[in-house]
Amino acid sequence: MYTQAMDTIGKDEAPKALRSAEEAQLQERFDARIDAGDFIEAKDWMPEHYRKTLVRQISQHAHSEIVGMLPEGNWISRAPTLKRKAILLAKVQDEGGHGLYLYAAAETLGASRDQLFDALHTGKAKYSSIFNYPTLSWADMGTIGWLVDGAAIMNQVPICRCSYAPYARAMIRICREESFHQRQGFEALLTMMTHGTEAQKAMVQDAVNRWWWPSIMMFGPPDDESPNSAQSMRWGIKRVSNDELRQKFIDATVDQAKLLGVSLPDPDLKWNEARQSHDFGTIDWSEFKRVLAGDGPCNKERLAARVKAWDDGAWVREAAMAHANKQAMKEAA
Amino acid sequence: MTASIQLRRAPEVQYLLRIADTNLILAQRLAEWCGHAPVLEEDIALANMALDLVGQSRALLTRAGELEGRGHDEDHLAFLRDERDYFNATLVELPRGDFAFTVLRNLFIATWSKLLWEKLLNSSDAEVAAIAGKAVKEVRYHQQHAADWVVRLADGTPESRRRVDAALDDAWRYTNELFGTDAVDEHAHTSGIGPRWANLQAPWLAEITAVFDEAGLALPKASGYQGTGTRGVHSEHMGRILTEMQHLQRSFPGGVW
Amino acid sequence: MSTVQNEWPLWEVFVRSKAGLDHKHCGSLHAADAKMAIQMGRDVYTRRQEGVSVWVVRSDQIVASDPGDKAMYFDPAEDKVYRHPTFYELPKSLDHM
Repeated sequence: MYTQAMDTIGKDEAPKALRSAEEAQLQERFDARIDAGDFIEAKDWMPEHYRKTLVRQISQHAHSEIVGMLPEGNWISRAPTLKRKAILLAKVQDEGGHGLYLYAAAETLGASRDQLFDALHTGKAKYSSIFNYPTLSWADMGTIGWLVDGAAIMNQVPICRCSYAPYARAMIRICREESFHQRQGFEALLTMMTHGTEAQKAMVQDAVNRWWWPSIMMFGPPDDESPNSAQSMRWGIKRVSNDELRQKFIDATVDQAKLLGVSLPDPDLKWNEARQSHDFGTIDWSEFKRVLAGDGPCNKERLAARVKAWDDGAWVREAAMAHANKQAMKEAA
Repeated sequence: MTASIQLRRAPEVQYLLRIADTNLILAQRLAEWCGHAPVLEEDIALANMALDLVGQSRALLTRAGELEGRGHDEDHLAFLRDERDYFNATLVELPRGDFAFTVLRNLFIATWSKLLWEKLLNSSDAEVAAIAGKAVKEVRYHQQHAADWVVRLADGTPESRRRVDAALDDAWRYTNELFGTDAVDEHAHTSGIGPRWANLQAPWLAEITAVFDEAGLALPKASGYQGTGTRGVHSEHMGRILTEMQHLQRSFPGGVW
Repeated sequence: MSTVQNEWPLWEVFVRSKAGLDHKHCGSLHAADAKMAIQMGRDVYTRRQEGVSVWVVRSDQIVASDPGDKAMYFDPAEDKVYRHPTFYELPKSLDHM
């Protein structure tokens, strides 16, 4: 759910020179399949670079889902009505499920889930930087549903046609389940803005003011600063450019904001008749880089929470294996 | 600040609130595991359970509110009662503890709940019987999940066994309250709305014993301690749970969510 | 940090969404034993009432056909449903991989 366009190809992974004529032929066949829009399955031959890029992208997407459970899970115990509590529980549960589908997809490429967690816990793997922001009020829940899920959906839908089929299938499943997330967020805000008290409306506006810019940063750096997008596009992993998705999102969201009766915190946001699109203000990319690099408001807490859950759970995982082994030995006897 | 509602403590209302509140507070504790469980699959399983319990609670609170007759809906009851008007069993207030404590408590409550809901299928109150129809299926699964985990942990590693023993030591004395008897209970039996909780004890012990046998655990000695949460007098934990749970409703008078 | 060898095994999950239909492959999950795998399969893959029946199979028990690409470097043919590292027994000298 919480995809963010990230520079997923590491600097150290420039494609190596092809080893043999046979490999060149495999590469050619692979390229032809990609160009024809064919799907690649787990056991098909694929360039190492393609495989590594996918493992990184899919696993970072998975990490985003599970880290994303934390800022929202923060509010389950304080949900203001039982209906909202149930909806939030279902949403956070879905996110866990999405993480799981994605780890499963990444594992088809040769990574183990434990290795992927290790990469997350040691800071080697990234996750969507949006979750390094704090959730400070109940209105943050609706705002995240509206803006963050909205941005994620826009990033995600094109991936349903990703050339790597296990990832595409996971994304289809995710997108199907995702539709309720954005809707419930928007509906929660609409309820407060339409029927709520002045205090509630102020709470909503405050949340929008805090989440707007981080949400549009979710589409990643501008196209001219994303050199690796081209390779991902060629491989059918990435289908639409960062800037294009961002513009689409902003255009859709401006109208939704009007419906809600909230203002968006960008004085430069205005309709451009010639482009048939909204112009918007300059994004602070230094903030984005800072947060992505680990220097955001909640990076340390988010990671610490995941590491703690993992470490605290070690005895449980070991006990379950020990028990399973004992049972297996009993059955073999 | 929104003031507390005044609850009409009619016995049938209190009887239903005992069950609804037990589910609600346990759901509150289970939801704390979201994002912190030992494996992702258990994050999902525990959230599932919490969701089921919230659902059961909502249905029962709604029914209790109707019987109370003061126009209180599920949210008035969930968020605006004074602490003394909550009637959950004390066991569910206790902190979630480690995973051993959580699954053991789940086993105790789910087993009790299953036996209770099975009896409530024949409640003289048609609405309660209908709620029971759905709830029974849910808690059967909760019980199975909990029982399997108790067995795994009790018969896993020395550390997991140590933790199960500690959890049992902490939790056992609170189970007495699940089989308490009083006028509210007696009224439920007479009116047919539900069984006396005391009638659940023997079958409960039988089922727990079966799980414990598989796990290699012994039933602890009976404790004389009787919790009083079902009478509205709670442990020190309840105040904090309610503070968190009620905060928004209390601080946004007239709020629409 | 647990090593790959201590990890709970991987299981593939198949769900029949309605009587009369086939079981369909949904994805995978990690579970310590079969009972857990079934429960988790239900929890993860049938959250929206999508199933009347769940099958789980340990991933390393699945025998798969060769995708047909003749030159398969290092990948055993007709075996192993995909590339999960625990599927492949490497010589001890490569245990760090």
